[in-house]
Amino acid sequence: MIPELGHFALILALGVAIAQVLVPAYGLWRHDGRALALATSAAQAQFLLVITAYLSLTWCFVSKDFSVAYVAANSSSELPLMYRLTAVWGAHEGSLLLWVMILSGWTLAVATFNRRLPADIAATALAVLGCISIGFLLFMLLTSNPFLRQFPVPADGHDLNPLLQDPGFISHPPMLYMGYVGFSVAFAFAIAALITGRMDAAWARWTRPWTTTAWMFLTLGITLGSWWAYNELGWGGWWFWDPVENASFMPWLAGTALIHSLAVTEKRGLLKSWTVLLAIIAFGLSLLGTFLVRSGILVSVHAFATDPARGIFILGFLGTVLGLSFLLYAWRAPKLVSEGEMDLFSREGLLLINNVFLITACASVLLGTLYPLAVDALHLGKISVGPPYFDAVFIPLFAPLLLLVGLAAAVSWKRARVGEVWRRLRMPLLVAVAIAVLLPLALRYRLSLPVMAGSFLGLWAIVTAGQEVWRRIRAKSDFISGLRGVPRGVWGMSLAHFGLGVWALGICFVSGYSIERDARLTPGGDGVALGGYSFMLDDVSPRLGPNYKSDYGTVSIGHNGRIIAQLHPEKRLYDATGSVQTESAVDFNLLRDLYVAMGEPMDNGDWTLRLYLKPMMHMVWLGGVLMFLGGLLAATDRRYRLSRAVERSAADDALSMAADA
Amino acid sequence: MRYAIPGVVLVGLIVLFSVGLYLNPREVPSPLIGKPAPAFSLPLLADGTTYTAQDLKGRPLLVNFFASWCVGCQVEHPLLLRLAQRDGVEIVGMDYKDTPADINDYLKRHGDPYRRVVEDAQGTAGLDWGVYGVPETFVLDAGGTIVYKQIGPMTEQVWQEKIRPLLKERG
Amino acid sequence: MMKQSLVLILALWLGTGAALAAGPQPEDSFAADVQGSLNPAQEARYQALTRELRCMVCMNESIADSTAALANDMRMQVRKQIIAGRSDAQILKYLTDRYGDFVLYNPPFKRLTLLLWLGPLLLVLLALALALAFVRRSHRRSKAVTVNEQALKQLLDENRPS
Repeated sequence: MIPELGHFALILALGVAIAQVLVPAYGLWRHDGRALALATSAAQAQFLLVITAYLSLTWCFVSKDFSVAYVAANSSSELPLMYRLTAVWGAHEGSLLLWVMILSGWTLAVATFNRRLPADIAATALAVLGCISIGFLLFMLLTSNPFLRQFPVPADGHDLNPLLQDPGFISHPPMLYMGYVGFSVAFAFAIAALITGRMDAAWARWTRPWTTTAWMFLTLGITLGSWWAYNELGWGGWWFWDPVENASFMPWLAGTALIHSLAVTEKRGLLKSWTVLLAIIAFGLSLLGTFLVRSGILVSVHAFATDPARGIFILGFLGTVLGLSFLLYAWRAPKLVSEGEMDLFSREGLLLINNVFLITACASVLLGTLYPLAVDALHLGKISVGPPYFDAVFIPLFAPLLLLVGLAAAVSWKRARVGEVWRRLRMPLLVAVAIAVLLPLALRYRLSLPVMAGSFLGLWAIVTAGQEVWRRIRAKSDFISGLRGVPRGVWGMSLAHFGLGVWALGICFVSGYSIERDARLTPGGDGVALGGYSFMLDDVSPRLGPNYKSDYGTVSIGHNGRIIAQLHPEKRLYDATGSVQTESAVDFNLLRDLYVAMGEPMDNGDWTLRLYLKPMMHMVWLGGVLMFLGGLLAATDRRYRLSRAVERSAADDALSMAADA
Repeated sequence: MRYAIPGVVLVGLIVLFSVGLYLNPREVPSPLIGKPAPAFSLPLLADGTTYTAQDLKGRPLLVNFFASWCVGCQVEHPLLLRLAQRDGVEIVGMDYKDTPADINDYLKRHGDPYRRVVEDAQGTAGLDWGVYGVPETFVLDAGGTIVYKQIGPMTEQVWQEKIRPLLKERG
Repeated sequence: MMKQSLVLILALWLGTGAALAAGPQPEDSFAADVQGSLNPAQEARYQALTRELRCMVCMNESIADSTAALANDMRMQVRKQIIAGRSDAQILKYLTDRYGDFVLYNPPFKRLTLLLWLGPLLLVLLALALALAFVRRSHRRSKAVTVNEQALKQLLDENRPS
């Protein structure tokens, strides 16, 4: 009964989505205000229906209804409740339902917070979002229905993939999808701008918080994915430039370019058609990611097990959405003329250069990801493009961005003087260089020029992050009113750039100074040394988990004569699937990770273990979290949340801010 | 006109993906095509005498890497039996990472299409022949050169369209 | 026809996958890597090489990270050849002779990969050029506007009712 209810809700949602597109479209054509207003009601109805479907599927999992094929394939009678609740998105069909639910949520949000938008723009944006919903709902109903029943009902399910039975699985997909799907809002606003031919500073002001919010969720989603892979996959890696990872990173790069381009469009009214193009590209890359991950066209540990037939549908959808968008762009973008001039040595000029490097980095990742496919398609053989390529290409393209982050904050809008900028940056430059040289010495690492160069860039971003805040505080008469006078947006930007620096610093140290070793240890016997720490295997004993049996290890780590940590790596055998899972154990602080993974048991009771010392590994994820928080602050800036009356005074504030900076 | 560039790039990508959907990203062509069969020196299952790549010369034949633990091998086994018995095709079996007991049992149960069975217990020949999974079948001409590699189970279609013509023309 | 091809591809794919998945368990996948027989310089080479080589039976993993039997074989082969004194280039050639360029995560620089390796450089130069062109165009456009404004001002001044 419940699965059928969920299925029916999806069908109704499709109908509502169609209405959400057709009626406002009619309203635009005939200038009918009531028809335009229907978009909001449709968005609300669609959200309720999709939530109903989602909750139905969740109920099927929680109640262990194995007559539903999807539930049987991704759950089992022993699966803990926490994972039963989240196994909904454990495979292709359910994750699509998550996608659609999040999309209906964003659509509802746009419908609710659109009071300041002109009616036609709001309705157009909702109609565009409706089109996206139609595509995904059709995809689900025609090819990927999670509610299909199977008879005879199996006694037990296949269990959720053990790789997914981890806290990272609970958080990573929803955050990632919030980001992917969130870019559809910027996309919808961009299409609305193209259709109505209107795009002014107000348009940029509405679009920015939506885009920043989507960006921040995507940042968090990627960070969580990396952290999860590190803890789960057992080889100490946290980024492999795998096609699926790249599929999430490319929208992030384009999205970062977009939020910076929007800043220029809002402040100076420049780069209008470029911003619109970026909005289409960012969402297009999200859709492309969906295609790459679910069509089976590329090989990846992260890919959903699905087939080429579904790939054809997604490709058709992708081609239609982007094809129509680019057609519209080619036709209408020439009308979005930017007026005003841009100097290269100004904040907007440097943000343009920022975009150059971000988009080139994005294009390079795309090139590397698709190159093997292109070579194969042309029957020229089979090649692999992996981390050596991406590292070699990405690092030189990203490094200038770290320089720009500090530089641009010291450069004012419209026109800047080199002397003034130099005066502002002299001290931070000195400090960054000094710390870059002294830090490895203080931590007793060997000196390495690449690491110093990289950590200089990270430290530069860190040290210069606070300068905008500092200048605004100094501009006021006393510290407290200065502090109060700093807009949230500026706090957000500073925190995000600070986080970027922390991220870069962590990457430099972890890449330059990590050491690993495989060792064979006897339980209770001698340990091995690694980088000043000693690892001893105390014991390995069998244990029983809710749906697995495990070899539960106890490893003690000593440093300077004291035991500083006790870790419990495991090797689990899951009952339902018979698959073996290594659960690694990590002792971490900001300065270093100590990572232990179980290898194989030997005949005499010994075990092989893989041991890692990874300096500043957690700085990488801390950086990601700080960027997320920075985005949160920036998106909730006062001037985005104002009613029309107060808006005018906020506009005055914005003008005076622009004049100061 | 520069506004049309994104559309053009998109068309190119869609074409690429359309073609890509029909490719198998996990099938890797062999660099050994057109090269002589890699050398090996391994014992025969039947009597333990040494068999080498030299013994593969002089007539066109199939070299089939298989194992008793391999599911896909069982899928193609009936076809191999038919080829050996009905069509007189010479198939040399390379028993990959297996034990004599297991393979004897397997052949007894499923039938033996192999003129000879070579024991590649450590997989060393497999590594030299670029084998990355079983079953894999190599077609050799009379001179001992590899002319074709079938990755995965052989099918009737592949036999008729690809392998048979090669054996005929090199015969 | 299309459907049959798709089914065939899918069957071959799954068949290969099933065959590969059902391999015998490696005796001791990690033990083969246990230190003791390589000096630090060799160890560094071993780690670098195994990270650059692709596991042929995995869903995109290096042989350093994979627990598959074939990955273990390849790791042991690399280790053996390092001890035997072979250079990195020789070891890589040994594997590409048998498995093709697919086994290299670092794509070799040859005519086939020219566009791959030079692409990013060309893209960044192109993008910078376009950005500069945009900046220049914005100056010209604004100058044209300024000129018009001056002409307008003049007209207004001339025609002001006195």
